[in-house]
Amino acid sequence: MSSNRKPRDKRMSIDDVVGSLESGMTIGIGGWGPRRKPMALVRAIYNSDLTDLTIVSWGGADVGLLARAGKIRRLVYAFVSLDSVPLEPNFQRARQSASIPEIVELDEGMFQTGLRAAAERLPFLPMRAGLGSDVLVNNPWITTVTSPYDEGHGHEELVAVPALRLDAALVHLNRADQHGNASYLGPDPYFDDLFAMAADKTYVSVEQVVDTAGLTVDTPVQRLLLSRMMVSGVVETPNGAHFSTCTPDYERDERFQRAYAAAAAGPDEDWQAFHDRFLSGDEASYQAAVQAFTEENAK
Amino acid sequence: MSDRTSDQDYTRADVCAAAIADAFSEDGEIFASPMGLLPTLGVRLAKLTSNPDLVISDGESVFLGGTPPLGGKDVVEGWIPFRRVFDVVAYGKRHVMMGATQVDRHGNQNISAIGPFAQPKRQLLGSRGAPGNTVNNRTSYWVPKHSPRVFLEDVDIVSGVGPRRAREAGPAASRFNDIHRIVSNLAVFDLGGADGTMRLASVHPGVTVDEVVEATGFALEVPADVPTTREPSYEELLLIREMLDPRGLRFKEVPDA
Repeated sequence: MSSNRKPRDKRMSIDDVVGSLESGMTIGIGGWGPRRKPMALVRAIYNSDLTDLTIVSWGGADVGLLARAGKIRRLVYAFVSLDSVPLEPNFQRARQSASIPEIVELDEGMFQTGLRAAAERLPFLPMRAGLGSDVLVNNPWITTVTSPYDEGHGHEELVAVPALRLDAALVHLNRADQHGNASYLGPDPYFDDLFAMAADKTYVSVEQVVDTAGLTVDTPVQRLLLSRMMVSGVVETPNGAHFSTCTPDYERDERFQRAYAAAAAGPDEDWQAFHDRFLSGDEASYQAAVQAFTEENAK
Repeated sequence: MSDRTSDQDYTRADVCAAAIADAFSEDGEIFASPMGLLPTLGVRLAKLTSNPDLVISDGESVFLGGTPPLGGKDVVEGWIPFRRVFDVVAYGKRHVMMGATQVDRHGNQNISAIGPFAQPKRQLLGSRGAPGNTVNNRTSYWVPKHSPRVFLEDVDIVSGVGPRRAREAGPAASRFNDIHRIVSNLAVFDLGGADGTMRLASVHPGVTVDEVVEATGFALEVPADVPTTREPSYEELLLIREMLDPRGLRFKEVPDA
């Protein structure tokens, strides 16, 4: 009798996820720089009709791609970098041509505090980071708060880091079950749980959907970062973080990243050619094009 | 310095590594967080010589129990994913040595962008953790190519906060503001000048005070007597050459003049 009373099956397609998003939304993108980015979902937004997005990200090529496609009205970031290519060319291009109307550059720790405030349904949380720096000059809407307590250093005036509330969060992990319980198998959880709790809806793409028992069969329970109560949708996207890392499933595709960066930094024809070859189709055609690129360069 | 066959010879990169090591020698048991190649070399040199208590990481997510060469692995002694780096920043037991695209007389640092913030001439990384680092834990800077374009009167964007700006922002900002050293390919500096401004602490062997003043775009405080940065010891040279950087990666940042 109770056999059908199970938690919901939240599996969906990439198109379902993008279809549930709306122009003007605030979207948080998990991972960190060029690490474990939900690139399959980002690529689909790149190719969608969505516009006027607020993007909240410790940025890598996710920010670069969406900036290049003119999707971003407001960008909240602390850095945008590909690490082995330190400066993200599409992001640089957008900033240097002032094509993103609103820029919110935070300290990278403030960014975490802002997500935590949102996750805890608080309007702000106090911290030192930002004091004295141009983060407060360039974001005059971020203000300070005076401590009601004196611990022997006076009533300290701290930054009131505003909550980074998200309409939706997109994250990529190694595994999930169909209900949205999800685990990371690499060395760093990044902040994907905070993104999930800061958001009204969280969509998790994974390398592999397994049954619930499979989540802990070969890895410690501490790696279960997301509980299904935080998750609205699960998408299986093998190689879906490409070309960022998804340790231990795969590391960063450095050769492809160099090709991306060269195209992004080059003349418009170069970017057009890169777009036509890799980005103009759906995820399956992207993965096929990447496969061909890899085989070409292995010779 | 031209004859590199003898163990007594050293390069400018070796001098820089030893000067960076000295910046960490009295830190005790804290997380030494070097950004980039020469700072990593210097920190590991300090751990093998003056300060074996230093806690070091792979720059990614784990603390290393030993002291591997650049790019090498070692026994893992702890877990330091990015979220815990932020915890340690606030906890304070950390000394970070960052890069700096610009540094001004007051020890403010810029890694965000060159030109006006609204539309930069050149977008760089963004402010990363510099605002938080500089009001929470000890911070030093490494500049591999000393020039008036790096050391200038006013930085375009204040990412890292110098002592004066920290003081002006109030006690919560100045309480833990501790800009310790600035090491360049020419010299070592601290912020012991008038009103916490940049002061020449030592010039590297073979560099004159005039050269440093010439290559600095603001009025640098120069004490009456400027010592020469110490030469690396024989032990340090062996450690650098044979163990930490046998491939000579350091010369990519500081070429052997």
